[in-house]
Amino acid sequence: MNCKGVLNELSEYLDGNLEPALIEELRRHLECCDDCRVVVDTTRKTIEIYCNTEPMPLPQGIRERLERTLAKKLKRPS
Amino acid sequence: MPAHLENEVTLIAAARAGNGEAFTTLVNQYDRNIYRVALNITGKQEDAEDVLQEAFLKAYTNLDSFRGNSRFYTWLVRIAVNEALMKLRKGRRDRSVSLDEPIATDDGESMPREIEDWGDSPEQSYAKTELQAILNGAMESLEPQFRTVVVLRDVENLSTEETAELLGLSVPAVKTRLLRGRLKLRERLNKYFKRG
Repeated sequence: MNCKGVLNELSEYLDGNLEPALIEELRRHLECCDDCRVVVDTTRKTIEIYCNTEPMPLPQGIRERLERTLAKKLKRPS
Repeated sequence: MPAHLENEVTLIAAARAGNGEAFTTLVNQYDRNIYRVALNITGKQEDAEDVLQEAFLKAYTNLDSFRGNSRFYTWLVRIAVNEALMKLRKGRRDRSVSLDEPIATDDGESMPREIEDWGDSPEQSYAKTELQAILNGAMESLEPQFRTVVVLRDVENLSTEETAELLGLSVPAVKTRLLRGRLKLRERLNKYFKRG
């Protein structure tokens, strides 16, 4: 596998959906290509960072307005 | 079934029976996540708030159609994404790129340019709010057709098939956009996370 091949299979590899034979080929390429190894590592970290991020608290007032709207439209006590 | 999901089933049943308090509990459990989905897709706080309200109103009025085949959260995300996409489509007349536009698979454009190592936990160099601002900024800078796919797959953890169905795209189209989106994000984060 060459650099272009690694790029084509990158998502499938990082998502764990690549066939074992292709994983083997890809890893063999990474052993001798520093650029591809860095791209694979940093893309994996990009995904991990977004996956692991907890949502921030809602900006001020949004929850109150949401509850008011729901209470009004659904005719429930607020 | 884990206790929190068992509790959720009870809350959904109570909300269906007209118990407003049960529905409010469900809303409070997920409103931050749904707002994040909405903000990530629309890119505007005002639109995200509209989407948040519409999504929960629709969820309440359609609770009977929730069959329990998927997680309640996934069901909510679907509603929110549809609302957010409607907003995005309404506003896209002014945009240069359409959400439905096919993506040319130009290899040259996908080839990474910034190739620098990040170390093990580059995100730990930043305080929580600072990191959040960096991540939001990088996500917002993606074109909508990449951003939407990356948000659903990598932030909300939907499957490729679910993402394809929700966006009305083929599975290969989702995969292409996901790869391009991930590479673009990686490149945008590089200046913050590279070593040294």
